[in-house]
Amino acid sequence: MQIKESPKTYDVCIVGSGAGGGMAAKTLAEAGATVALLEAGPMFDSAVGDMFKWPYQSPRRGAPTHRPFGEFDAAYGGWEIDGEPYTRAAGTQFDWFRSRMLGGRTNHFGRISLRFGPKDFKRKSVDGLGDDWPISYEDIKPYYDRIDKMIGVFGVNFDRSLGLDNEPDGFFLPPPTPRAYELMVKKNCDKLDIPVVPSRLSILTRPLGKRPACHYCSQCNRGCSTHSNFSSPSVLLPPALETGNVTLITNAMAREVLTDEEGLATGVSYVSKDDNMEYTIRAKTVVLAASACETARLMLNSKSSRYPNGLGNSSGMVGKYLMDSTGGDLAGIFPQMMDGIPYNEDGVGGMHMYMPWWIDNQKAKLDFPRGYHIEIWGGRNMPSYGFLGGIHNYNAKFGNRDGSQRPNGGGGYGAQLKDDYRRFYGAMVGFSGRGEPVALESNYCEIDPNVVDKWGIPVLRFNYEWSEHEILQAKHMQDTFEEIIETMGGKLLWNKAGADSNYGIHAPGRIIHEVGVARMGKDAKKAPVNEYCQSHDCKNLFVADGSSFVSMADKNPTWTILALSLRTSEYIIDQKKKGNI
Amino acid sequence: MDKQNNGMNRRTSLKYMGGAAASLASLSWVGCDSPEDTQEAHEHKHETSDELKISEEDQKLMDQQFFTEHEMQTVTVLANLIIPADDRSGNASGAGVPEFIEFMMKDQPWHQTGMRGGLRWLDIESQRQFQSKFIELSEKQQKQLLDQIAYPEVADPRMSQGVNFFNNFRDFVATGFFTSKMGIDDLEYKGNTANVWKGSPPEVLERLGVSYDDVSGWDFA
Repeated sequence: MQIKESPKTYDVCIVGSGAGGGMAAKTLAEAGATVALLEAGPMFDSAVGDMFKWPYQSPRRGAPTHRPFGEFDAAYGGWEIDGEPYTRAAGTQFDWFRSRMLGGRTNHFGRISLRFGPKDFKRKSVDGLGDDWPISYEDIKPYYDRIDKMIGVFGVNFDRSLGLDNEPDGFFLPPPTPRAYELMVKKNCDKLDIPVVPSRLSILTRPLGKRPACHYCSQCNRGCSTHSNFSSPSVLLPPALETGNVTLITNAMAREVLTDEEGLATGVSYVSKDDNMEYTIRAKTVVLAASACETARLMLNSKSSRYPNGLGNSSGMVGKYLMDSTGGDLAGIFPQMMDGIPYNEDGVGGMHMYMPWWIDNQKAKLDFPRGYHIEIWGGRNMPSYGFLGGIHNYNAKFGNRDGSQRPNGGGGYGAQLKDDYRRFYGAMVGFSGRGEPVALESNYCEIDPNVVDKWGIPVLRFNYEWSEHEILQAKHMQDTFEEIIETMGGKLLWNKAGADSNYGIHAPGRIIHEVGVARMGKDAKKAPVNEYCQSHDCKNLFVADGSSFVSMADKNPTWTILALSLRTSEYIIDQKKKGNI
Repeated sequence: MDKQNNGMNRRTSLKYMGGAAASLASLSWVGCDSPEDTQEAHEHKHETSDELKISEEDQKLMDQQFFTEHEMQTVTVLANLIIPADDRSGNASGAGVPEFIEFMMKDQPWHQTGMRGGLRWLDIESQRQFQSKFIELSEKQQKQLLDQIAYPEVADPRMSQGVNFFNNFRDFVATGFFTSKMGIDDLEYKGNTANVWKGSPPEVLERLGVSYDDVSGWDFA
């Protein structure tokens, strides 16, 4: 097969255009570097998304037939993609979400934008498990600061009296006023000593540069046509492309990183989904930001006589210490919210209030080591596919309007059922815990020796099992949510998860926060990259996605991916100037 | 349909690229605190419409027919028994529910067997109890039959398959009706419009027994 080689040698080739790749492209291109930016999916402009679309404008009413988060969700992809398989070792579980498009998963995510705190970089020092990061919060704080200002995030700095000392201050736009039911959560959680505070989401409540403020349609996941929330194509790629230094190549599925006899990276080979031809890009520096597992796959698939176990894998640790956030959910129905007063409760596309992790595990003698934050959802959302599904499970819980009970229990049909739908609409509040797993060498992805994807690229095989640490944390979530719901005077919408389901913990990969397969460390024998996300083995190879994470925190990874990518990009510029790479 | 494309248009172009780039130099992210400022901050036009847009792939599905005429009649009768008209809104068929269910059978074919079999189950049970198919029964007889499958907690175990079918069918009708324009209006959902969020109104706060005094220590947008 003929391989088409680009005549030009770029300063940098970046694989992936999401949070990490977008930030690297912007930073490097603005510094004058010529950049080839490879993206495995097509172009995307959130200005042409499905914002404001009504469910009845679609014959499937927004059903998740083709996209796991519903027809109107912006992300092209999902946990299963035709022609792009992955496998799992027997008895283990991992579901791998991919978003094949310009901007990757930044088009989909909930915009929850949390800094890691001081303790999050030094967990081993706190509880003896896993490893500390080679960097501290102070090392990364300046980058968080700049990202807050560059991208825009709303929130508040927490008063010291709240005791939330692992939730750092930031540069925040004013947060949206809480919804009434969020105040109800706060009022009741005050009794339980669980702090409920304004959330931190990368949505503009004030204009920033040329991006107007949010118009509160609550549909961030559909792609914002005014670019008022953060996504890579809305915020990072325009200034990157404006420099004229970026060559963006879409539908380019990276196959491997190429190296020379010296062991240095010389570029990237890829297959074009447009013409099915093979291409190579020559570059002096290669930055992998393909999403953590895809980055590990690329490194492991880049084999040569010098790198028999894959590029940058002399430690044998590429693919190891895979992590996804823990997740558990419970929802309640609240009589005081039934027959709700009609008004527009949309707000932003997400929670206005949330609960950061509030307990000192050691002091409270908890039987698990790490924490979780709680996300709040509910109220009078746009009626959508699945509207009050399974109502027969709960519509008898509160009897009739006159207080009489229903002798036949839940279910029914006709005038009373129609009335039930009106009564119960908007009367639910749900709680989702998203927590920190302990990094384990035994949770990993590797190359499956037998399986390739449709382009002949060997695929990943996942080996992942939750440990007792995560399962006990999920139990704590369920108990806490139940206590909150009961304190608020509600009833559970479904039964609390028990031991038989590992307390309702979601399968690994389901929270779509996977990180940590090319972790950073000072010791080249234990970690594939150094504290600047530079390969210990191959000095002109860098990672700029979630793969460098040593631990997870109970926080969504995007803000930290952005900060690390900015730091790595500036390190590349610095090393270039010094002639070290 | 090539599922890998997820119905996207490959020809989308980044029209705004190079035009509306937020630059670090224009950090006007503080200030803007007066009501006029806020209003100005949200002044951008939004194109909205109620138009039903059918993609080529979906049109192909719509051109196929899953339900027989008899099945469609049964679906319609059953849906209207579940959501009848009242003084606030029309019935399920008036909101297009049978057509929605017909589409979903082709969009998500894994429902087909349970749906077709469940409708047949209903007819067989109608014959057994009343010697006629379901749609030929009087409304009183139809309700007598539904009373046996619509309440899972008290249903006779011998009717369990009918109960399960009816639970699923009820959910389809609920989605079909309450995601229609008629259903959304019935629920008085007021959102899906550009606005400036300023919190919940006093009567809602009062109903839930909460007050913005509880969060007066924070400044909100």
